Amino acid sequence: MLHLPILRWGVPYRSVNQVVTPHFRTRAPFVSMSQANVGMIRRDLLRQADARATLQAIPYADLVAMAGRAAEHFLNDTLPLDPESGTMQSPQNYIEQVSATTGAPFSNVKRNMLKVHGVLSKVTEVLAGLTRGLDLAVLDEGYGMVNGQMLSFFARGDAMGVVLPSNSPGVHSLWAPATVLKMPLVLKPGSAEPWTPLRMIYAWVKAGAPASVFAYYPTDHAGGNEILRSTGRGMVFGDVGSTKRWKAEGRVEVHGPGYSKVVIGPDLADQWEQFIDVVAESISNNGGRSCVNASGVWVTKHGDQIADALATRLARVMPRTADDPDAVLAPFADPDTARRISSMIDADMVGEGGTARDASAAVRDADLELRSLGAGGRVASVHGGNYLLPTIVRCDTSHPLANREFLFPFASVVEVPAADLPHCLGPSLVVTCISNDPAFRARFVASPHVDRLNFGPMSTTQIGWDQPHEGNLFEHLYARRAIQRLA
Amino acid sequence: MPVAAPALDLARTTLDAWVRELMQWHFSPDTGCTFWLDWAAKAGWDPRKDVTSYHDLDKFGPFQDEWLRGGPVRRWVPKAYQDKPIYTFETGGSTGVPKSRININDFRIDYEQFSTTLPDDKFPKGADWLHIGPSGPRRLRLAIEHLAQHRGGICFMVDLDPRWVIKLIKMGEIEMMELYKRHVIDQALTLLKAHDGIKCLFTTPKLLEALCERISLKKAGITGVFCGGTEMTPQFHRFAVEELMEGAHFAPTYGNTLMGLGPSKPPTKDDHWAIIYYPPAPRAMIEVVDFDDETKLVGYGKTGRVRLTTLTKEFFMPRFLERDECEREAPCEQYPWDGVRNVRPFSRFQKSVVEGVY
Repeated sequence: MLHLPILRWGVPYRSVNQVVTPHFRTRAPFVSMSQANVGMIRRDLLRQADARATLQAIPYADLVAMAGRAAEHFLNDTLPLDPESGTMQSPQNYIEQVSATTGAPFSNVKRNMLKVHGVLSKVTEVLAGLTRGLDLAVLDEGYGMVNGQMLSFFARGDAMGVVLPSNSPGVHSLWAPATVLKMPLVLKPGSAEPWTPLRMIYAWVKAGAPASVFAYYPTDHAGGNEILRSTGRGMVFGDVGSTKRWKAEGRVEVHGPGYSKVVIGPDLADQWEQFIDVVAESISNNGGRSCVNASGVWVTKHGDQIADALATRLARVMPRTADDPDAVLAPFADPDTARRISSMIDADMVGEGGTARDASAAVRDADLELRSLGAGGRVASVHGGNYLLPTIVRCDTSHPLANREFLFPFASVVEVPAADLPHCLGPSLVVTCISNDPAFRARFVASPHVDRLNFGPMSTTQIGWDQPHEGNLFEHLYARRAIQRLA
Repeated sequence: MPVAAPALDLARTTLDAWVRELMQWHFSPDTGCTFWLDWAAKAGWDPRKDVTSYHDLDKFGPFQDEWLRGGPVRRWVPKAYQDKPIYTFETGGSTGVPKSRININDFRIDYEQFSTTLPDDKFPKGADWLHIGPSGPRRLRLAIEHLAQHRGGICFMVDLDPRWVIKLIKMGEIEMMELYKRHVIDQALTLLKAHDGIKCLFTTPKLLEALCERISLKKAGITGVFCGGTEMTPQFHRFAVEELMEGAHFAPTYGNTLMGLGPSKPPTKDDHWAIIYYPPAPRAMIEVVDFDDETKLVGYGKTGRVRLTTLTKEFFMPRFLERDECEREAPCEQYPWDGVRNVRPFSRFQKSVVEGVY
């Protein structure tokens, strides 16, 4: 069985306490992770200022160059996995290991691998987007002249603690630039996806970064909370319940459900058929596991037809084996999870709060292959895994499923008067607004609930490197101070 | 190493004889307490005749937790001790009305016995002690002080109220809890700086960690740490010995108001940092029973729920199911009776029990 160590400011440590994660398909023990005790984390984090001083001493330009090399190492090289046992990890090992514990198809893992590679290799572009083109060499001294103006920035903490999810490796691109911003990282990996952050650390180390600026603690819930509590700045991924404690603290950036949506404006409502592919892509890309996946399609007309067309289009997204290049759906590593999610949807369908129709159910019933696959239901047990088949629900705005998000291709189609948009959407991480009406678009620009806005038929999952996504990492880690000096 | 049969036999015959003596004591109208005399009158059988061995205590069935909650506490006082000064010690106050156990001298006897397990070079006779942890209604406060006095030292005290800590956690006031912990450690540091004679420490796992974040035990002159009160994992054990002790002796214990104090077996490499405790037989026995059938012992190395039987002249409590689970450990040379490995909160209660807070 594979073993993953703790990294205590870069030093591998094998814990007495181990947690074993099974292979999603065989349920056989696959990897054992050393678990950090809370006291160890607290004790190690007493030294976070040392890690910060180490990074601060490295010029920004050198860190950018390292990021470029780290990107290539991450994508192409065999890197350490467990130095104590000498276990190494090739890129193909990585893909298979992520798939083994998360169920993600190889093709999804590879795509996410490219995403992490992209953010590291284009880190100057990413940071330019975050800072509106600021020359970050100013961080070397903490102050400097930029465009004839004196600027100074100070770090808001000595390290950034990150409590990571297991849903998709792509989320790691969010914190990846922190090292270039001279911020030591204290990472708690997700229990099912510990691979990517560890591989990123070893890619950085191979690229020349000091190992002592990275801490990696597989640990329990209490350990994760301690990481966030003890570091100056933090980032946490999780559901509403697990992250609400941190929501009120500006110190910790909370990444919960995205509730991302596609909106078709009244001016293009009658041309909805042209947009079905982009809407379907928004829902199903990456197996529907990202916060940028659309979980709602809000329209002013033709709601029933759009729901049926999407259900038909997404019925083509079938469970496939992990190594099938066309695989999109990811099975659930825990076999009960799929059944539980499906039951929740069914319970909401018949519950109070307006009417709802499962448009996908009709498509499944009409298709012999689909009907046999899921035994007429939403859960399909094939290829040794438990999959949730894509589901489109047609419902009213007041229905509980109108604004829900699940870890598979799920979306509700909601018809509303144009005048109610966008305020009826509620908080939405990404909104793709398909409309050519300047007045309609202007309302979206003005909305405080829309984090990221796409105009035109563009997938909600399409990320522009030069645009900040889900918070601004630079502003999270640094604050500007007033500075003056006598000539 | 397996324990020789004669040692096991001797331990068992000593235990059986002690049980017979206690049955005569607790169920005689001249010496027994009201609770057990009333119980026997209703039971329809006489423990003085029908209990001849430790095994026969099964006839009592499980001891009910509720019997210890609420008064009158005097119903637990053996008639033979009714004119003695009585203490009452509490446990379980975080989950409603606390359980009370009366005490006259048991805490002194238990801690004097435990004292024989402490190495004199690390817990020097005559050295002063510092207690950082729960006091108040718990027997720990008097017990640690008595231990220090028994060994010729004086005990300094810093109190922590675990019921308040549990409330803070339930309210989500984690920062307030940290401030409270800091307040406790601040007081401990003041005492350590002011009193050079303090060489021995009693504290809980979390407070030990917090203290060591602020001070080096070695520089503070601490040579022995007696630690208990909450769960200790094997990883914590290793962490404490390798990173916090700096050469001081680490003595983990399992104990509570109802049982007394279970010392740990000196660790060996084969134990992989597991903490293995043995009860202070014959004054208390711990067994590990099936989760679903409390009358059935699990096999050695198997996991089950902790079942406690307390057997002193002050307090008789047969077959009490604790809120803990563990693995059953075979007798060892030093303790030729069953022990427990890696005690931790009972997993089926974990949603409702807030543990490990002090």
